[in-house]
Amino acid sequence: MKYNIFGNGKVAFGVILLSFFVLLAVFGPWFTGSVLGLDARANDITAIAAPPSAEHPLGTTQFGQDVLAQVIEGARGSMFVGFLGATIGTAIAVLIGVPAGYFGGTTGNFLNFLTNLFLVMPVLPLIFVLAGYLQGTGLVMIAFIIGVFGWAGGARTLRAQAMSVSNRDFVQAMRMLGESDRRLIFTEVMPHLYGWIASMFLGGLIGAVMAEAGLAFLGVSDSSAISWGTMIQAAQQQSAVLRGLWWWFVPPGLCIALVGTAAALINFGVDELANPKLRSASRRVAKRTAAVQRAALVPEGV
Amino acid sequence: MNEPVLEAVDVAKHFAVANSVGDSSVVRAVEGASIRLEPGRITAVVGESGSGKTTLARLLARFYEPTSGQIRLDGVTVAGDGIRRSTVPKSYRKAVQLIFQDPFGSLNPLHRVRHNLERAVRLHHGRLGRTEVDRRMASLLERVSLTPASDYLDKFPHELSGGQRQRVVIARALAVEPRVLLGDEPISMLDVSIRLEMLNLLDKLRREDGLALLYITHDIASARYLCDDIVVMYAGQMVEAGPKDAVISDPQHPYTKLLVESSPDPHRTTATDRDDIFGAADELGEPPSLIDPPPGCRFHPRCPFAMEKCRTTPPPRAQLADGRWADCWLHDEGRADELTHATMTERITRKLTEEPR
Amino acid sequence: MTFTQTMRGDGTAVTTASDIVLDVDGLSVEYASAGAPVRACTDVTFQLRRGEILGVVGESGSGKSTLITALTRLQRPPAVTTSGRIVFHPQSGRPGIDLVQLKPRALRSLRWTSLSIVLQSAMDALNPVMRVGEQFVDVLRVHDRSMSRTAAWAEARRLLGLVGISADRARSYPHELSGGMRQRATIALALACRPELVVMDEPTTAVDVVMQRQILAQVLRLRREFDFAVVFVTHDLSLLLELADRIAVMYAGRIVELASAQDLYRTPMHPYTRGLRDSFPPLHAPLERLEGIPGTPPDLRALPSGCPFAPRCPAVMERCHEHLPLLTPRGDRSVACHLHDEELVR
Repeated sequence: MKYNIFGNGKVAFGVILLSFFVLLAVFGPWFTGSVLGLDARANDITAIAAPPSAEHPLGTTQFGQDVLAQVIEGARGSMFVGFLGATIGTAIAVLIGVPAGYFGGTTGNFLNFLTNLFLVMPVLPLIFVLAGYLQGTGLVMIAFIIGVFGWAGGARTLRAQAMSVSNRDFVQAMRMLGESDRRLIFTEVMPHLYGWIASMFLGGLIGAVMAEAGLAFLGVSDSSAISWGTMIQAAQQQSAVLRGLWWWFVPPGLCIALVGTAAALINFGVDELANPKLRSASRRVAKRTAAVQRAALVPEGV
Repeated sequence: MNEPVLEAVDVAKHFAVANSVGDSSVVRAVEGASIRLEPGRITAVVGESGSGKTTLARLLARFYEPTSGQIRLDGVTVAGDGIRRSTVPKSYRKAVQLIFQDPFGSLNPLHRVRHNLERAVRLHHGRLGRTEVDRRMASLLERVSLTPASDYLDKFPHELSGGQRQRVVIARALAVEPRVLLGDEPISMLDVSIRLEMLNLLDKLRREDGLALLYITHDIASARYLCDDIVVMYAGQMVEAGPKDAVISDPQHPYTKLLVESSPDPHRTTATDRDDIFGAADELGEPPSLIDPPPGCRFHPRCPFAMEKCRTTPPPRAQLADGRWADCWLHDEGRADELTHATMTERITRKLTEEPR
Repeated sequence: MTFTQTMRGDGTAVTTASDIVLDVDGLSVEYASAGAPVRACTDVTFQLRRGEILGVVGESGSGKSTLITALTRLQRPPAVTTSGRIVFHPQSGRPGIDLVQLKPRALRSLRWTSLSIVLQSAMDALNPVMRVGEQFVDVLRVHDRSMSRTAAWAEARRLLGLVGISADRARSYPHELSGGMRQRATIALALACRPELVVMDEPTTAVDVVMQRQILAQVLRLRREFDFAVVFVTHDLSLLLELADRIAVMYAGRIVELASAQDLYRTPMHPYTRGLRDSFPPLHAPLERLEGIPGTPPDLRALPSGCPFAPRCPAVMERCHEHLPLLTPRGDRSVACHLHDEELVR
């Protein structure tokens, strides 16, 4: 199934934007360190809570730390949690949702029950309890927590989709050839779910980045790590809003919003790929039809 | 009479259905069905939708398990496991294959023809080398007249026509070297001009490989063309069976007679005009619900011959000449010859006009 | 009998008796696609007489479904009618109306009252949240503002009775009726405003043979009473041979033969018609081996030059690959085949 990723403006923009942040996360800190000569953790006492200037392009925090350096360092932290959390969440959703849909019966019902359980669980209080119990929450642990508590919605969708694909004739036909359940799920059913899974991953990415920011804001984070969430939390603690230190919290907030937007735009593209009734394509079709219609109604001379 | 390869003995299938309020009812899709499939013979099961014929095919293919009754392969009862989804020994899957009605749905749109055939070959033939697998795939495609094989192996289903797809499905079924082929309306979704080719192909497979075929259809004319014997199903039950020409030209059950008379036959040798063909066919009724079928004979609400006992007691199986049988009280009463006196339409119309409204 | 003059596309004047209800001339429909447009219907020409049943038969790619949507102006993008006229001649003797050029408003007033349609999925075309009788009342009152609700309900019950649905079912919802009953109700609905022309697209494909016979018997009876013409589109030629007065055979978007049902069955002129007729095994006549038609129906995106049936034709000649045969009249029939070209027929 061919699809021109760059044929669609929305998707192209989303991909570029997300790639930018990925590159930022991967190369950013090295770039700020060696090229710009800025250190996210260094305290410049001469510039406490200073607005943007030539020396500090995005100003400094209450502790004299360069905001630009922190944002770039934070990209790494947030994107890491975002990707890892989304990966864990999607993986669990697939492992639970697809068999639930394929098998039905007792197995399916049990897995469905598990899914519903995690859906109605009060996530936030449980996270606090878990965080306290684990004594020290590095970024990996945060990602893990986000993934473990966030898979249920995706599992529900995958169950419905897997059920619908499993009931189609070709799956039944292969079953009656003698194909094993394992091969049926992986070779016949799963390929139809890739679109959904990709979409779920991208949704999970936004969700995880925002969840990390939220958790950090509430104090559940790695104290030594820098991420956009921790930046916003620190800013809030220092009453940055009241004091008008906009350069401290706007950049990280903006970055979170942009990552979310990028993932959403790509998601539209994946939707259109998975759903044959391409929405923007039908606008094209309607335009083409109108053109032919106009040409046809032109009288052939009198 | 040969020993049957596959046999169903008094098989029934009930489905539990929950309606929106939460009450559950039972759909009695098939009851009391017995059928023998012999090597080299084609048996047709003819009936309308809701008659239970598709359920019967799926039972024989062990898609799910019968609620009661037995299914025997080579005389041995094979017990399967699972109500919704049957598990049977792999040897059963090797022996019995099912062709679905919809050629567009039977092949995974994401896989090429090669994948489908290769899986079928490898599943039942153990470890085979690349060349051997390729050779077998080519020969399978040749058997269903898809030549040259190389043209078709790497195609996706949407690149093939309906007839080609159905041939690929048949080739896939043949890959396991079955002895029984069950066709659930295999031609009804194909273009008219290519249906006969497909029927001729099935006939060829029967002759060359001695396959036992079950051909399920709602179209009696195609059943007559292809098959040796016909079984007629109505409302989940079998009502008549026998050699095809006898059943069609001289039906011994009122429903069979109604079915034959209602089927289009432009080759009618008796000159009839449109008004005669369609006239007065207004009130021929509809099949009953299978959740709450009528007591006694299930056809009695529509039957112009219905007697008191038809309403209360299911009719016995009347064994007739030439291995025919019919489930109808008319035979017990010795009134079977009344079936030939008038058409069903005439009888039903007469009965309706005579009855006080 | 009054006569009307109509101008054909090629400039010749044709005098037609006003017993023609529909005059289709050179109708072509295209599907706008990314590449070259696909012509689903090309140059379709036929006349429908009042009260006649015209069968249109074809397989996939024949263009018969496209023809239906074009006749009733129910096309959706990417389908576009690129040329031709569909002239509707109302009984009242008013001048003919070209449906192709008609504005949507005027078209709406024609729908149901002059021209109605029954589709294949008609049993699902009933509004599921409205009572069946209510849907009749709806249609009746939209087209006749003066009708009171009571009168409309009475008429609804009467119409349902005409198709064998008892009056007490008029207050049922569609899901409470069986499939066959819904189909019959939809047919009655199509006849509610006494149209002069009813277009039916595979109306009995989804029902069983016995129900099909019942439905068609009712349609015929209603036709005798209300005197409307029918265009009946299906793939089932065997049914049309019993039901229709005349039959148009379509292949690759064109009409390749047009003749009475009797003539078509006894002496088919086009090899495709003959092949199609022989694709239906007999029910009672002696059985013999039949072959159908080899090959596959054409791909409209890549039609061969010359006659589109040439690749499959048992009687193909040299010129069939070069020149497209046009539909030419031969007595009271028409056929598009080089076998019947004037020079060859001595």
